[in-house]
Amino acid sequence: MEVFWDLLKAFVVGGLICVVGQVLIQTTKLTNARILVLFVTAGVFLTALGVYKPLVDFAGAGATVPLTGFGYSLAMGAIEAVNSYGILGALAGGVTRAAAGIAAAIFFGLINALIFKPRAKP
Amino acid sequence: MSENKTPQEKHYARLVDELTPNSRHLRGCVRAFWVGGLICTIGQLLTMLAQTLELGELTAPMFTSCALIFLGTTLTGIGVYDRIGKYAGAGSVVPITGFANSVAAPAIEFRREGMVLGLGAKLFQIAGPVLTYGISASIIVGVLYWAAKEWLL
Repeated sequence: MEVFWDLLKAFVVGGLICVVGQVLIQTTKLTNARILVLFVTAGVFLTALGVYKPLVDFAGAGATVPLTGFGYSLAMGAIEAVNSYGILGALAGGVTRAAAGIAAAIFFGLINALIFKPRAKP
Repeated sequence: MSENKTPQEKHYARLVDELTPNSRHLRGCVRAFWVGGLICTIGQLLTMLAQTLELGELTAPMFTSCALIFLGTTLTGIGVYDRIGKYAGAGSVVPITGFANSVAAPAIEFRREGMVLGLGAKLFQIAGPVLTYGISASIIVGVLYWAAKEWLL
């Protein structure tokens, strides 16, 4: 039962965050690239304001899987690194925390482009 | 044609105009909701799997995002993610799989322009801005947090 609730919370919260993006696309004609940038930066600042951490504790992957969660990792990394290394932590922390995701995207993206041929847009 | 319309017909045409985009918007939101929610649910399942594998509090989310990114790039490679994107709109863009798609899609497409300035450079066509502004924002937040800690506490 516990498992079911965790999954449901992730589904609903993650879905709602995507709806915010969909409403932005439909009302403002923002391109996908702008949506991505907007969500990551919004995630960083919402985390700094202390709003996003409670959401992550509540919804788990529902809050960490959307790109606002990527911003959350960056901001939490920077804040925690400042606690342990001082001002230089602000530079090192964000990327350190998000390193696996960034590296995975680059590496898998590269491997993919080597394996698969470009195809006509559907 | 239009000048022959009765007031009722004009009224009806205006109603149709008002209602059609709304229902289209609603449909877009419903699609974004369930597809985005489903991707997050898969993420939650992966996190649970990571917990049964006894990965730590920091490595479990890392495992989840890497697995989802792998899923995103692979689905892009076999051409499925484009179709999901056409159906789900933001439901496929906002989750981290959308970030993976934004890396993999231009990399595949621009490979023919060369390995360095084609594939290598265009890989960052969308990921570049995302990383630029995301990382810069995190640095600003870190510096502000440091300043607040130094002077306020």
